[in-house]
Amino acid sequence: MTAEPLLRVEGVRKHFALTKGILFSRTLGHIKAVDDISFEIRAGETLGLVGESGCGKTTTSRMILNLEEPTEGRILLEGTPIHGLQGAALAAYRAKVQAVFQDPWSSLNPRMTVGRSIAEALIVNRSGDRAQIEARVHELLQQVGLRPDQAQHYPHEFSGGQRQRVALAAALASHPRLIVLDEPVSALDVSIRAQMMNLLKDIQTQHDVAYLLVAHDLATVRHMADHVVVMYLGKVVEQAPTVALFEDVRHPYTRALFSAVLVAWPGRQQEESVLAGEVPSPLAPPSGCRFHTRCPHAMPRCSREEPMLRDVTPGHAVACHLFDGG
Amino acid sequence: MPMSTRASGWPSVAIIERPSSIEPARKPPRYTVWRALLWPRRQGAQRRTARVPWVPIAIIATIVVMAVFAPLLAPHSPIDQTLRDKLLPPAWMGGGSDKYLLGTDAFGRDILSRLIYGARVSLLVALLALTVGGGVGLAVGIVAGYVGGRVDSLLMRLVDAAFTFPAILFALLLAVTMGQGLGTLVIAVSLLLWASFARVIRGEVLSLRQRDFVALARVRGCSAPRIMLTHILPNVLNTFMVLVTLNIGVVVIAEATLSFLGAGIPPPTPTWGLMISEGRGRIADAWWVALIPGLAITLLVLSVNLFGDWLRDRLDPRLRQL
Amino acid sequence: MTPAPSGETILEVRDLHTHFFLRRGVVRAVDGVSFSLRRGEVLGLVGESGCGKSLTALSLMRLLPKGSARTIKGEVLLDGDNILDRTPDEMRAIRGRRISMVLQDPQTSLNPVFTIGEQLREAIVRGYRRARSEVMKLAAAALRRVEIAAPEQRLGQYPHQMSGGMKQRVVGAIAISGAPGVLIADEPTTALDVTIQLQYLKLLKRLQADTGMAILFITHDFGVVGRMCDRVAVMYAGRIVECGPVQQIFEAPQHPYTRALIASVPKMTGPIGRLTTIEGQPPSLMDLPKGCRFASRCPQVEARCLDAYPVTVRVGDQHTVDCWKVAGS
Repeated sequence: MTAEPLLRVEGVRKHFALTKGILFSRTLGHIKAVDDISFEIRAGETLGLVGESGCGKTTTSRMILNLEEPTEGRILLEGTPIHGLQGAALAAYRAKVQAVFQDPWSSLNPRMTVGRSIAEALIVNRSGDRAQIEARVHELLQQVGLRPDQAQHYPHEFSGGQRQRVALAAALASHPRLIVLDEPVSALDVSIRAQMMNLLKDIQTQHDVAYLLVAHDLATVRHMADHVVVMYLGKVVEQAPTVALFEDVRHPYTRALFSAVLVAWPGRQQEESVLAGEVPSPLAPPSGCRFHTRCPHAMPRCSREEPMLRDVTPGHAVACHLFDGG
Repeated sequence: MPMSTRASGWPSVAIIERPSSIEPARKPPRYTVWRALLWPRRQGAQRRTARVPWVPIAIIATIVVMAVFAPLLAPHSPIDQTLRDKLLPPAWMGGGSDKYLLGTDAFGRDILSRLIYGARVSLLVALLALTVGGGVGLAVGIVAGYVGGRVDSLLMRLVDAAFTFPAILFALLLAVTMGQGLGTLVIAVSLLLWASFARVIRGEVLSLRQRDFVALARVRGCSAPRIMLTHILPNVLNTFMVLVTLNIGVVVIAEATLSFLGAGIPPPTPTWGLMISEGRGRIADAWWVALIPGLAITLLVLSVNLFGDWLRDRLDPRLRQL
Repeated sequence: MTPAPSGETILEVRDLHTHFFLRRGVVRAVDGVSFSLRRGEVLGLVGESGCGKSLTALSLMRLLPKGSARTIKGEVLLDGDNILDRTPDEMRAIRGRRISMVLQDPQTSLNPVFTIGEQLREAIVRGYRRARSEVMKLAAAALRRVEIAAPEQRLGQYPHQMSGGMKQRVVGAIAISGAPGVLIADEPTTALDVTIQLQYLKLLKRLQADTGMAILFITHDFGVVGRMCDRVAVMYAGRIVECGPVQQIFEAPQHPYTRALIASVPKMTGPIGRLTTIEGQPPSLMDLPKGCRFASRCPQVEARCLDAYPVTVRVGDQHTVDCWKVAGS
């Protein structure tokens, strides 16, 4: 079954140049935030993008949202490259790809009513007259479990969980095919997270929308994602269907991530992999395999040669010399 | 050696200023009516009753009423000269008369009436200069802050240049070349203001730009002009209003200075600055001619500053919460 | 001062009430909190935002925001000594020496314009004159204790030159420099990456084993609780609703809130289905109901739950619950 995936990321790199000086800027170095990543998202599915700070997942999601352009490589939505679009094509793209960000307090304009914020995409695209837009806003509010009369209220009158719902409603306004969820529940209370995750899954089933779930919590990813991509310092180190990954973790970094997830069950000591040291600076990433400085299984080869992403079982790819077979 | 809280070694805590203890019967600070009315904040958070600075508001209201209803309120014409009645002291002093409550100047003009009409000029210039200067500063600040890059650098260099300019000298130059008058005065004062507005607003916009709803507006398809207008502008309006109130004092003094120097509105139109200038030579014997308008300026600026402080304290904390 | 881990109580909090007195009402943020902390043990204080756990910690340290918040009732016995009665000067001597605190955000916990060495020096010197070389040696030793490599180099660095995890270690070093008997850790790992969090927690555990200090660990994360704590106290709307050994709380939570909370956390094993949620909202702390505060959201609510606050029931060795249902008839 090789249906064209909804979103395809091909060999994308994003380098930020550090410059000094205003008129005659000198380039001091490059931050290789994202360095050759590729993955796919199918319609109606959820891809979990996992990694810690500095791994490049936020930059990746910004590129997919067309807020940044890749330095190299391309991103395709339904087969069409998304960068370099203008005018009507860009507007069409924006309608199809939306986002919900982490911080419920900064995701809504405090000076706009919630209804107006939700209607933003509709107003920009001029989809319908005032009455139609209003009706759609009411519909969206109900879909996320809020009341239509709350459209007149301001964000500060809502709780964090409710604001995230509003943010979700705003993202759904233009009938998107893909929503980028950047840590959508980490800023919420534990009991509210459950509500939000249930809601996200319901919406996905009802509207057949795909999610790119950027998260650091593996338990959340397990709960919501169909596939997982693990990133470290701008590179993909492992990618697999969620079930396969959870049964059979391969890459040492992924193992460490799993160890670090504190199971809510005392005394159950899993085999622990505690990483030494800090995450290296993206300005000067380690040679060869970027993880070798912290890897408990590092071999001499690891500092010389960068491992390629290879399938260890169908669908499950790892970038590690341990599994290179060579 | 006195120990600061830092010396005891625990990490500086963001939300706490000083450790407090259980206060048994705490003596409140000397609470007087003065403090409550004039310095609403200094009383400490417990005394919430007298927060609104009523005295400054009353003073500002009086001056505004004076300006608006000048023809009805002024007992005499501000420009008619009655040389026979020149340099009469205020009514409560020896030699004064009830006809001229605050005395007369060297041309026999009633100080009170000139004061009342003078309020008009001061407030009019303030309004116009703040609109023009403030408006330009607001626009520059928003564009520089949001667009960033070269545009920002260029605009900020202009702002820097505006700061290094000797503003009063430039205003005098304008007056000489363009002639004295309301328009020249407004332009001169606006030039004073716009740069500080631009700088402050730009700072606000820089931090606003980081907020998620701005990125989300782009994701929803908003163009940069639309974002600046519908998202950025409403969120800097609070700061803008506070800046306006805090700069009224600057404008009034600037106008007074320029009039004093002879570069403002030409006589015989009364302005407070001009009145001070005219009374300057006679401070020894006819002090009221200069002092009374001087007092008026002081009262207005002080009241506006206190009001602006209060407004900022009221508006900002809520901004932070949001 | 190297206290040996023993079963005796080092910190006892009795009926602590800390309220905010605002114009529009009184916020009863901490409303009758009692617990005890033994030497060498880690007690977790768990709850969601707004339940009062951070304010409890601040009340213990007597670091309430100046102005509207006041501790109006209760006792805090540190080694038998009620520290709520102490004068500000006495408290200054107590803080850092007998009881200390680590906060959540490493960015704001350190002063950005002073080097690490200078900030450690403040903690070590505490107003006494000491030779600079001696102080620097002690500072380097403190950094080594929190497992920072090349400590002498780090002493001259500024906070912005360090990562979040390292800053948090420095904060920890400062906090324990006075060898306190009690350390309050208010969500110290929430702002850290998960692998760094694991490092940090292991470090804390090691330090605790070495010094025998007791830790009051405040968190909202049950995973952290499972890893770090010996006992757990669950807080809701200003009161502790359940408290007991961590094994018991996880295996057999008694209070409906605890049960619902644990059930709502996504797990790493087990079936993936809909997560359990808790309907409704916590009550406003200005307007608390007279009965059980969880009653409006409780799936097992009864009539008597609305009338009076539940009694505290002992359900096992050191395991208490405030619930009418558990109390039986």
